[in-house]
Amino acid sequence: MAQAPSTKSHTKAPVPGAQTLERMLYYLKLTREAEARIEQVLYRQGKIVGGVYVGRGQEAIGVGSAIQLFDGDVVLPSHRDFSSFLIRGFSLREIFCNWMARSNGPCHGRDNTLHIGDMSRGVIPIISHLGDTCPVACGVGMVLKWRKRGNVALVHFGEGTSSRGDVHEAMNMAAVMKLPIIFICNNNSYAYSTPTEKQYAVKDLAVRGAAYGMPGVKVDGNDVLAVYSTVEKALRRARSGDGPSFIECKTFRMTGHSAHDAAEYVPRELFAKWKKKDPILRLEKLLLAKKVLNKKQVDDVDADVKKQVDDAVAFAEASPFPEGADTLEGVYCDDGCWWKNTPVE
Amino acid sequence: MAQLTYLEAIRQGIWEEMERDPSVFLLGEDIGVYGGAFKVTAGMLEQFGEDRVVDTPISESAIVGAAIGAALMGMRPVAEMQFMDFISCGFDQIVNMAAKIHYRWGAAVPMVIRGPAGAGVHGGPFHSQSNEMWFVHVPGLKVVAPSTAYDAKGLIKASIRDNNPVIFYEHKYLYRRTKEDVPAQDFVVPLGKAAVRREGSDIALITYGAMVWTALEAAESLAKEGISLEVVDLRTLLPYDEQCVLSSVRKCSKVILLHEDTRIGGLAGELAAVIAEKAFEDLDGPIVRVTAPDTPVPFSPPLEEFFLPNVQKIADAARQLAAY
Ligand SMILES: Cc1ncc(C[n+]2csc(CCOP(=O)(O)OP(=O)(O)O)c2C)c(N)n1
Repeated sequence: MAQAPSTKSHTKAPVPGAQTLERMLYYLKLTREAEARIEQVLYRQGKIVGGVYVGRGQEAIGVGSAIQLFDGDVVLPSHRDFSSFLIRGFSLREIFCNWMARSNGPCHGRDNTLHIGDMSRGVIPIISHLGDTCPVACGVGMVLKWRKRGNVALVHFGEGTSSRGDVHEAMNMAAVMKLPIIFICNNNSYAYSTPTEKQYAVKDLAVRGAAYGMPGVKVDGNDVLAVYSTVEKALRRARSGDGPSFIECKTFRMTGHSAHDAAEYVPRELFAKWKKKDPILRLEKLLLAKKVLNKKQVDDVDADVKKQVDDAVAFAEASPFPEGADTLEGVYCDDGCWWKNTPVE
Repeated sequence: MAQLTYLEAIRQGIWEEMERDPSVFLLGEDIGVYGGAFKVTAGMLEQFGEDRVVDTPISESAIVGAAIGAALMGMRPVAEMQFMDFISCGFDQIVNMAAKIHYRWGAAVPMVIRGPAGAGVHGGPFHSQSNEMWFVHVPGLKVVAPSTAYDAKGLIKASIRDNNPVIFYEHKYLYRRTKEDVPAQDFVVPLGKAAVRREGSDIALITYGAMVWTALEAAESLAKEGISLEVVDLRTLLPYDEQCVLSSVRKCSKVILLHEDTRIGGLAGELAAVIAEKAFEDLDGPIVRVTAPDTPVPFSPPLEEFFLPNVQKIADAARQLAAY
């Protein structure tokens, strides 16, 4: 993570330099490979016993946003924002242990998927109850505002989730209190089987920003650089005390809702159309064209990413399951609680 | 008679009520084109059309509120919660609006909220809860939890015909694992009536939902040891069949209360109080509870296994109680 901001240092819009561009490509690829392994290999081998939700096709949103967070910022990712966890410092080993229900995963086997939180790393995970993180982001935002260090909270949710009352209540409160929050809607066109026209009656959700009294913008969620610069503007606004923003990232879920869903309700041509907009290939092409990286370097990233995922899978597979009676531990945080978690400073 | 799964029985029950009564309609997330996350409503959109199988946004509070409004307008809505865990997002509408309307101003609110609950499929803390007691504590609601395919059909039909808000708990573990002969013709299983699933003489075991099957399995193996368990399936949790519970307790003089729900504030506590109040003189031993521990439902298989009551735990409790 980058250093905490001095409140002055973010007045001009940075263009991502070569180093940031490389990190973006790296995290995009690492996310894609890790999720592919979970969805297409481990799940099919029966090694992941619960549900599997991945964000194939929408990796640019998590990467383009989380990559610009500072120490002290807090992210509340959605269930498809795998990259946010990596960028905030979770190791693949930890993450795979969690997916595979191992005792040394961050949830110690109590919860699954990306329901992984760690306040010292500034990550608050979703619960399955969609939208419930948005009001939580308000509380985080209040404290960040009181601390006056220019930190922000960034909360992701799907366009389906945007229908929930909790999301409305949170956006309204954040606007009234001028909280430093970026509401990011990962609009991937389908909520489970429900297409956007059955979810909301506006053309773009972005217009809702104005209804609460905050900027509302839409952006190509498959263009990591567009996500980056849009989020950057909102971050600057939030850091300098001007309040929240709402960003609608238009993207597409290149899978079923979960690993057991063949998405037969999605017209096939939509997959073909969105495949052409693949966020990873787009950035890769750009970096090759701009000579930020050469072909050999891109191949090295691919190989490295694969190796890391291999390592994490092997580690998780060698890790023990929890003991049954462990389930009784830690319901309450008593003195000497083993569930150590230090709030982000 | 056709063999139906528990899931298919619920589907058939809803289907028949839709055919029988044009005021019955369905609403929920992904119930139309997709046919529901578990396919309970599969084919219904094609059969009954978009006005009677309504796909909604992800808005549990609005789903429940809309069902209440439609019920007040003379319809009989059946609202699906994709998982019963998410019923909390519609909680206020259920406990304050739906439950109190008749008591306050006399209108009927004939509606059903139904969906999958329960553990055993490694769903983790938010896809496995047995949260029925959130509603059993609310006067004005009815709470139903079938354990067999026959009952599932008969009880869903009775729930849809009932003039009160009914919360209908389907146990997801049973959906495709239980199967039995279910009549194709119209029948209902009345709300508020328990069933004795197995006659016995030593210990009355009172339970509901998927635990009925676990209890029957335990009873079978205990019978070989000479311990005779009577298994009572409550079927409806609010109002529960006090008479059936008490007569089984009086007959056996010993009692085990079993549920998959956690212990504190679970139904076993309520039943224990009633038994202590009304059948104390008939008891020959302590009232014993076999329940999940007071933790969230854990995800990892060994943890979930530890969490859930099973045959072993029931048998241990029964042996101790028999020897008392
Ligand atoms: C309150 C609530 N209702 C229903 C569900 C079941 N559910 C899980 S994911 C999902 C669709 C979510 O759609 P969206 O918010 O657009 O996010 P996406 O999965 O498309 O990324 C639904 C209905 C849930 N998790 N929470």
